[in-house]
Amino acid sequence: MLSIKNLHASINDKEILKGINLEIKAGEVHAIMGPNGSGKSTLSSVIAGKEEYEVTEGSVILNNEDLEDLAPEERAHKGIFLSFQYPVEIPGVTVTNFIKTAINETRKAKGLDELPAKDMLKLIREKADLLEIDRKFLSRSLNEGFSGGEKKRNEIFQMAMLEPKLAILDETDSGLDIDALKVVANGVNKLKSKDNSVLVITHYQRLLDYIVPDYVHVLYNGKIVKSGGKELALELEEKGYDWLK
Amino acid sequence: MDLKEKLVTSFLAFENKGGLDLDSNVHSVRSKAIQNFEKEGFPTKKDEEWKYTSLNSLLKHDFSLFPETKKAVGFKNVKEFLINDIESYTLIFIDGVFSSFLSDTTHDDCDVCVLSSALTRPKYKMVVDNYFNTIAKDNNSLSDLNTAFAKEGAFINIPKNTIVPKPIQILNFSTGSESEVMIQPRNLVVVGENSHVQIIERHQNLSKNTVLTNAVTEIFVHKRAIVDYYKIQNDTETSSLIDSTFVSQKQQSVASVHTYSFGGKLTRNNLEFYHEGEHITSNLNGISILNNKQHVDNHTLVNHKHPNCESHELYKGIYADKSTGVFNGKVIVQQEAQKTNAFQQNNNILMDDGASINAKPQLEIFADDVKCSHGCTIGQLDESALFYMQSRGIPKKEAKALLLFAFGNDVVEKIKIPQLKTRITKLIAKNLGVELGFEF
Repeated sequence: MLSIKNLHASINDKEILKGINLEIKAGEVHAIMGPNGSGKSTLSSVIAGKEEYEVTEGSVILNNEDLEDLAPEERAHKGIFLSFQYPVEIPGVTVTNFIKTAINETRKAKGLDELPAKDMLKLIREKADLLEIDRKFLSRSLNEGFSGGEKKRNEIFQMAMLEPKLAILDETDSGLDIDALKVVANGVNKLKSKDNSVLVITHYQRLLDYIVPDYVHVLYNGKIVKSGGKELALELEEKGYDWLK
Repeated sequence: MDLKEKLVTSFLAFENKGGLDLDSNVHSVRSKAIQNFEKEGFPTKKDEEWKYTSLNSLLKHDFSLFPETKKAVGFKNVKEFLINDIESYTLIFIDGVFSSFLSDTTHDDCDVCVLSSALTRPKYKMVVDNYFNTIAKDNNSLSDLNTAFAKEGAFINIPKNTIVPKPIQILNFSTGSESEVMIQPRNLVVVGENSHVQIIERHQNLSKNTVLTNAVTEIFVHKRAIVDYYKIQNDTETSSLIDSTFVSQKQQSVASVHTYSFGGKLTRNNLEFYHEGEHITSNLNGISILNNKQHVDNHTLVNHKHPNCESHELYKGIYADKSTGVFNGKVIVQQEAQKTNAFQQNNNILMDDGASINAKPQLEIFADDVKCSHGCTIGQLDESALFYMQSRGIPKKEAKALLLFAFGNDVVEKIKIPQLKTRITKLIAKNLGVELGFEF
């Protein structure tokens, strides 16, 4: 599914990622953990194609296609989804209008017709129910005045609508209370299949109780310094990161 | 001969042609106006009110003041500029001359006709004497210039207790029969007690020739009357417009003027509201979307003179390429005008490094028990919002458009005629260079 080879990336000439190798197969859940400033969010931004980051070496390959020259929206059309740590507020654009536009642009890129309004509505309702989202919420401006929990739930709602091949969850647990965390994790788990993959980026082991990873990687100073099974997360929780430095 | 001289010397010939009784009130109003203009001349950048807008290059043209229409203009030539899918009264002027053939006027329950006939007919003498040039006078030299040559334009006279059943469209076309043309439309709108009218106004150049329009509109809104006035400014890049609109309101009236500036080379809007009673509401809404080297200058004034009135002002601007904008919003709250609520908001987005906006909120408050606020922002499109949208599969161009639509939406939302709202939305999409894949 996703293959990252010797990835180096920098922003404003400062190197953040210093040679990352990562292989994610279809149906797998991977977790990347690491202390602040280790490059976790940079990695997710680079995979999603944020223009501020410059890839100086190495490559990101999705289903045998090098993503290097693709714009963020083209990557999205190929099936990459990034759930933001800090979802952006967009006043004046409702959740419904936003997701409609996203779905139809993605369909357009694939040479499909727009989804008929009736089917769109049905799909929106179905996925909103999955995330226990109130209907009224859908006509509010995107993320404007949303609580932390609402923002993250809305991210997973969009993921449910777009059905990505690779979902990257960047610190999805931050700002969530335990009930919201369960709803979000439950949503992710329901969307999981043998054909798609999930990359969870997190500080804490807490989220991994609910979204159980097949592999855990520790990112430190722009490199993956240790990989292991889900028990590695528990070990990190207990010992911290210092023993790996 | 420069333009000022040309105008002043043309005045007598114009007056003689007009067929006006030289003893009439209108004649003396015009004569005084031309004297004022001769004294003051065109404004320059030395005038505080014209600091950011220069007329210099415009005034170098050798304008023809009384152009002749050489080519017949049919409905098919002008159709696209009308809001076509609604019933309306229409007043259509070709090169400054009324076209009865293309227009649809009325004298049934109200007068929707032309100023030239109102100025000469005894039947309207009272209205003309009471209202014509009473708020525009002594205001600025350009309005004086218009007054001196005031002849053709809309005359809308709504008696009391009348709800005009359909909107009135006023359209001024130039055919470009001569290469450089100056036209000076003059509108007079009088709305009686408890009456309601909606007006849509547009200036349109049908050729590639240079056109300068110096328009003046006076609007009188009586007790409890409601007026909605929409200005569509989407002219060609060889057309410039100086538009002065003066509104005088009596108690409990509501007047709204909406200005949509998308086109033209240079556009200057002077919009002024004067309160003559209590519990008045004035609404000023505007949106400018400019590119290339276009320039729009919105100068507004709300003069709160009496207690318990309110004004709501909302202007938004999107400036691309090397376009420039000016917003000067003056609100005066006089000492007697206690319990005034005056709100002003002006938000601007600069899309490119070469674009600029000069924004100047100007509040002069002499009363102590009032609520007044103003907010002014100048910014760029939020890059993080763009990335967010792109990461959801929305291409950058559409993402930008969606953000800009959202930015301007609260101005568009205030349009009360649905078909007009659709038209404006389409014009915005066209100016942003996108097809609308979403609705608001």
